[in-house]
Amino acid sequence: MSKKTIIPFGPQHPVLPEPIHLDLVLEDETVVDAIPSIGFIHRGLESLVEKKDFNEMVYVAERVCGICSFMHGMGYCEAVEHLMEVEIPDRAKYLRTVWCEFSRLHSHLLWLGLLADGFGFEALFNEAWRIREKVLDMVELTTGGRLISSVNRVGGVLKDITPDMQKAMLDAVDKIEKELKPVANTFLNDYTVKSRLCGSGILSKEDAIALGACGPMMRASGIEVDMRKTGYAAYDNIDFDVITSNDCDGYARCQVRIGELFQSINIVRQAFAKMPEGEELSVKPKGNPNGEYLMRVEQPRGEAFYYVEGSGKKILDRFRVRTPTFANLAPLVHTLKGAPFADIPLLVLTIDPCISCTER
Amino acid sequence: MKSFHKSPWLIHYDASSCNGCDIEVLACTMPRFDVERFGIINTGNPMHADIFCVTGGVNDQNKDVVKQIYDQIPEPKVVLAIGTCACTGGIFKECYNILGGVDQVIPVDVYVPGCAARPESIIDGVVKALSLYQEKHEKMVKEGRGLPEDPALDED
Repeated sequence: MSKKTIIPFGPQHPVLPEPIHLDLVLEDETVVDAIPSIGFIHRGLESLVEKKDFNEMVYVAERVCGICSFMHGMGYCEAVEHLMEVEIPDRAKYLRTVWCEFSRLHSHLLWLGLLADGFGFEALFNEAWRIREKVLDMVELTTGGRLISSVNRVGGVLKDITPDMQKAMLDAVDKIEKELKPVANTFLNDYTVKSRLCGSGILSKEDAIALGACGPMMRASGIEVDMRKTGYAAYDNIDFDVITSNDCDGYARCQVRIGELFQSINIVRQAFAKMPEGEELSVKPKGNPNGEYLMRVEQPRGEAFYYVEGSGKKILDRFRVRTPTFANLAPLVHTLKGAPFADIPLLVLTIDPCISCTER
Repeated sequence: MKSFHKSPWLIHYDASSCNGCDIEVLACTMPRFDVERFGIINTGNPMHADIFCVTGGVNDQNKDVVKQIYDQIPEPKVVLAIGTCACTGGIFKECYNILGGVDQVIPVDVYVPGCAARPESIIDGVVKALSLYQEKHEKMVKEGRGLPEDPALDED
């Protein structure tokens, strides 16, 4: 038996824009154990709930993470709305759905780019991010911000999508779909890409359940789970199928996310077709939140929980977020064991890590 | 030395930001903004870097990492604090684990505000950093700690 070596990975590492630290225990070139240590981006933002009132807290919730910021804001708002028994206008529900799917588009494109960077395919990296800019343009046109949109409020949304904007968004979606096809084809059929992804980071169906994976990680192991099916925002009126794959490897995760990109485009079109007319975008909530509620939202990376607890005061007692990357860390450590050292950055990327979410 | 301020290399570190500014720093190197056409390269090695881009308000666990990266960058070096959190602590200023700005840990030369800082403002910040970089280099030469610029490089 050869000697064990410990190699530190991170916190500052070229493949990830965010700090995470892993101690990799190696035997020759094979990883036998990985010990993650987190806390490099822990800000303690849940504690801000004791200082800000429940309306101001929306802006803090949005800054849990800059990538899925819209969905964090929405998850918090929906939780407080359920707590206060506020029924938001129908148009606001559809607007939230549209922005949710645009966030998913930009997040998945970002991930595809980083994945391509992870295996050294720079042209594909640039191509994915070029398409992503088109998504961000539309987010900026309708909300005013590229990443942090701040259009949610407890009781609805702050901005409307005018008919002109709607047309621009639908045109953009058509263009994105057209440009996405060759990129998706390269990801799914290119020999080089396949040789890096196929068979790497196997997470079997049983392990995925036992370790509590979520989101595309779970779906790539053949388990049909999608929180959008619980019908928050306007998802109960939208027709879509949960995309799964039975390959359980890195390629399957790529396949699921690419499938979801086209699905998001489809959902955006459906949402615009079904969106009711109306001037009313939000209702003013009456009173203060009292009681507790747990809201579950499907983010690009998986299922997120938002727990809120109030006691009839303007300031909530407790706000708790459980984010998808936190749930996916245990499956990640499992997939790292037995992998060759050169595959580590790639395997870390296949869970689509968002450390800011994890540590808050 | 001319080659340095004509082609500065960046290193980026996320010191507890929300990821928004980090993604915008990366977006600067993408086809839309493409800072690589100016010779600006995002490197992963502090020893190759000239400009240090820090995002986020710095917490207790990563203040040593920030200091360590800063110490590893060779002189002269310029530090950019990107985003409102990096400038002052921003919305997270009242959080128990935020020190409140990068300047609490290392000296900062350029502050780029915004939540999240837009790629245009980040590029503007880098351009401002370049003139500071030149000043710092000239100061080093006066103190006898560096080589003067090669006049041959001015001819092109």
